[in-house]
Amino acid sequence: MALHLQQNFFDLFDLPARFDLDAGQLDRVYRDLQSSVHPDRFVNAPEAERRVSMQQATHVNEAYQTLKNPVRRAAYLLAQHGIDPQFETNTAMPAEFLIEQMEWREAIEEAAGSADARELDQLSSRLGGELKRMYAQIGHQIDERGDFSGAADTVRKLMFLEKLGMEIGDAMEALES
Amino acid sequence: MALLQISEPGESSAPHQHRLAVGIDLGTTNSLVATMRNGIAVVLNDHEGRPLLPSVVGYSRTGGVQLGYAAQAEQARDPKNTIVSVKRFMGRGVKDVANIENCPYDFVDAPGMLKIRTAAGMISPVEVSAEILKALRERADQALGGELVGAVVTVPAYFDDAQRQATKDAARLAGLNVLRLLNEPTAAAIAYGLDNAAEGVYAVYDLGGGTFDISILRLSRGVFEVMATNGDSALGGDDFDHRLYCWVVEKAGLSLLSPEDTSALLIKAREAKESLSAHADARITATLSTGDAVDLTVRQVEFREMTHNLVAKTLAPTRKALRDAGLTVGEVKGVVMVGGATRMPHVQHAVGELFRQAPLNNLDPDKVVALGAAMQANVLAGNRPSGDEWLLLDVIPLSLGIETMGGLVEKIIVRNSTIPVAQAQEFTTFRDGQTAMSVHVVQGDRDLVSDCRSLARFELRGIPPMVAGAARIRVTFQVDADGLLSVSARESTSDVESSVTVKPSYGLTDDQITQMLKDSYEHARDDVHARALREQQVEAERMIEATESALRQDADLLSAGEIDAIGAEVAALRQLAGGSDQRAIRVQIDCVNRATGPFAARRMDRSVRRALTGRNVESIGS
Repeated sequence: MALHLQQNFFDLFDLPARFDLDAGQLDRVYRDLQSSVHPDRFVNAPEAERRVSMQQATHVNEAYQTLKNPVRRAAYLLAQHGIDPQFETNTAMPAEFLIEQMEWREAIEEAAGSADARELDQLSSRLGGELKRMYAQIGHQIDERGDFSGAADTVRKLMFLEKLGMEIGDAMEALES
Repeated sequence: MALLQISEPGESSAPHQHRLAVGIDLGTTNSLVATMRNGIAVVLNDHEGRPLLPSVVGYSRTGGVQLGYAAQAEQARDPKNTIVSVKRFMGRGVKDVANIENCPYDFVDAPGMLKIRTAAGMISPVEVSAEILKALRERADQALGGELVGAVVTVPAYFDDAQRQATKDAARLAGLNVLRLLNEPTAAAIAYGLDNAAEGVYAVYDLGGGTFDISILRLSRGVFEVMATNGDSALGGDDFDHRLYCWVVEKAGLSLLSPEDTSALLIKAREAKESLSAHADARITATLSTGDAVDLTVRQVEFREMTHNLVAKTLAPTRKALRDAGLTVGEVKGVVMVGGATRMPHVQHAVGELFRQAPLNNLDPDKVVALGAAMQANVLAGNRPSGDEWLLLDVIPLSLGIETMGGLVEKIIVRNSTIPVAQAQEFTTFRDGQTAMSVHVVQGDRDLVSDCRSLARFELRGIPPMVAGAARIRVTFQVDADGLLSVSARESTSDVESSVTVKPSYGLTDDQITQMLKDSYEHARDDVHARALREQQVEAERMIEATESALRQDADLLSAGEIDAIGAEVAALRQLAGGSDQRAIRVQIDCVNRATGPFAARRMDRSVRRALTGRNVESIGS
C-alpha cells in the first residue's frame, strides 16, 4: 500500500485541515491525481499495476467526495479531533429545533397535498438558505473557536435538514409524474 | 505495452508504434465499428460501403448463421429464427421484456437470463451478440490489416451489472479484448466535445432502438465528468414501432396474426415511423398470409398523439438526472441528441421545450457513439502521448445494496457515485455459534428487494463459532471503471479467513463460456488450442514489454537483488512464450505478476508524488 494513501485527506489535496475550503484547489488536485492513477491509464499494464491503480483511484474518489460534501467534511474533521458525532445513536435534539422540523414537515406535506409546485420551490430556496447559514456556523465553530462538540451538534441538525431536502425533492418529483 | 502515462510528460521510453484499436457501438437496431485514421475517427464500412450492420442474426437447422442485411431480409419469412433487437434480452429474464407477447421467439426462462429456442438449438442472447461482435471484429481485421490490441465496447449508461456483464461475456466470446465498457452518452460527449471544443455543462439525450439514457456531463479542460445519469433500459424506438403496429391492428380490425404477419407489419410500422420524420403522412400497405389486405394512411399528428406518453416517459428520468446533478435547465449549455429515434420531430420538440433551447444535432446521431468509442480506444491503447489525454470520470447509474429484514434494501453504494468506488460494510452473527451467513446483493433505487435486480448471493462460510454479535465480517463492494461489481469478504476478529462463494444470479460461469467457445469453434475454422496458445503468448509479450519499460524508467526504486529476481522471472517467461505449453505460460505470467507487485506500488507512489510536487512548485510561483 503506497505511503500517501494513509495520509489525511487534506494532506492528499495539499489543503489545510479546515472546514473552509478552497474548492478550486480541491477540484484541480483531484483532476491531477486521477490523471495519474485512473484505471484508464493502466489498461495495458500488468495486473499488479492495474490492481494498485484501482485501489488508488477508488481512494482518491473517496477522499474527494468526503471533502467536497460539507456534512461529510465536517464529520471527517470532527473524527480527526476524536469526536464521534454518533449520528446513528444520538438523536436527542433541543425542543425548539424539533418543533421547527415539524413545521417544515407540515409545510412540505401541505404543498405536496395541494400540488403547489411554486410553494415547494420556495420551501426549497428557504431550506437552501438555512443550510448555507449552518455551513457558515460549522466553519466558525471548527475553524475559529475550536468548539468541536458545538460543531457536532450543528452537524446533527444539518442531517435533519438534508432529510427535509430529500422530502421536498421527492414531493416535486411526485408532482411531475 | 509501454506505460506511457506513468512517465514524465514527453519522456516515454517505448518505441513509437501505432496500436490498432477500435470502438464498437453494439446497438439495439444497428451496430458499428470505428477507428482512428490519420488523427480522425472514421466508421468502417462493409464490402458494399455501408457503415451500419443491422443487429440481426438468423439461425438455421444446418447450423449456418446469417448476419446483418442478409438476415434482415429473412425476417418476415422466418421470424422465429431471425433474432432482432437482442440487446433487449441481454441480462434479462422473460418477465423483464416488455410486449413479449409480440415477439415471435420461443423464449425459455433460465436463472438470470432467458434463452431462445431456434432451429439451431437453444441459444443465449450473449451468443447472438457475440455473432454481431465477431462480424465487426472481422470487418476491423480486414480494414486494419493487423492484430487488434482491443476494443472499447459501448453500453447504455443505465445498463445494470447483469446487462454489462452479459455484454463483456459476448465480447470475450467474439475474441475481443475489451479495453473498456464505455457508456454511450459519454462516448457521444467525447465525439462532440472534442469536435466542437466545447466547455460547460451538457446534457446527452440518447434514444436508441431499445434503450433510453440521459446523462448530464461537465466538460472542462480535458475532463469529462458525468454529474448524473438516468434512463430507461427498456424504452426506445422499437416501442414507437410497436405503438403504430397496435394502431394498424386496431384500425384494420385484425386479430390472431401469425408470427410472419406480425413481423411483416412491425417492419412496415418502422418504415412508416421513419417516413413520418420527414413527411406529413405515411401509407402502410401489406397483404397478410390470410389474404387480407391492409391499406392505411397515418398522419404525423396522429403518430404524435399515439406516442405522446412514450416521449413523456423520457422526460421524467431527464428531470430526475437534473435534480441529482443539482442543476436547473438554465444551467445546461447544450443538449446533444443521440440515436436514430431522436430524428422524430416530436421528440426534438419535447426536448427543446424542456431545456428551453434548440437541441444540438451537428453530429450524425447513428455514428456519434461509435466515433467517440474509437477516440477513447485510441487513448486506452496507448497511442496518445501522455499529457495529451482527456480524463473520463463516469458514474454508477443505479444504487447497489443488500437485502435486509422484511425484503427491504439497504443501500451500500448510491447511484451517481463516481467510479471506481468501494464501500465496506460490517456484518455480524445473529445466533451463538453461527458459522455461515448469506448475503443477497441487489441493484436499483427502489425500496423493495423484489423491485430491484438480483446480482449475487454470497455465502460466507467458515466463520469461527462465537457468541452472537461477536464476529466481525467485513464485506467490501468494489465497482470498477466498467461499472462492474466485485465483492470480497474477511472475518476480522480471528486469524481465519472466511471463504466466500459468490453465486452470480445471472451471467455465465467460466465453464459455460469455455463450452460456448468450443461450440463456436466447431462451426468456425479456428483451432481451439492454437487460439488459446496465441492469447497467452500475446499476454506474455505485453507483460514483458511493460515490465522492461517500467525497469528502464524506475529501476532505482529497486534493490539489485529485486531487479535480478524480476529479471529472472521475465527471462523465464520469454523462454516459455516461445514454446507451446499454454498452461506453463499462464503460470509464469502469474509469477511475474507476483514478483512485480511491490514494484508497481512504488512506481505508483512516485508518480503521484510527482503530480503533487509539480503542483506545489506551481503554487509557490503564483
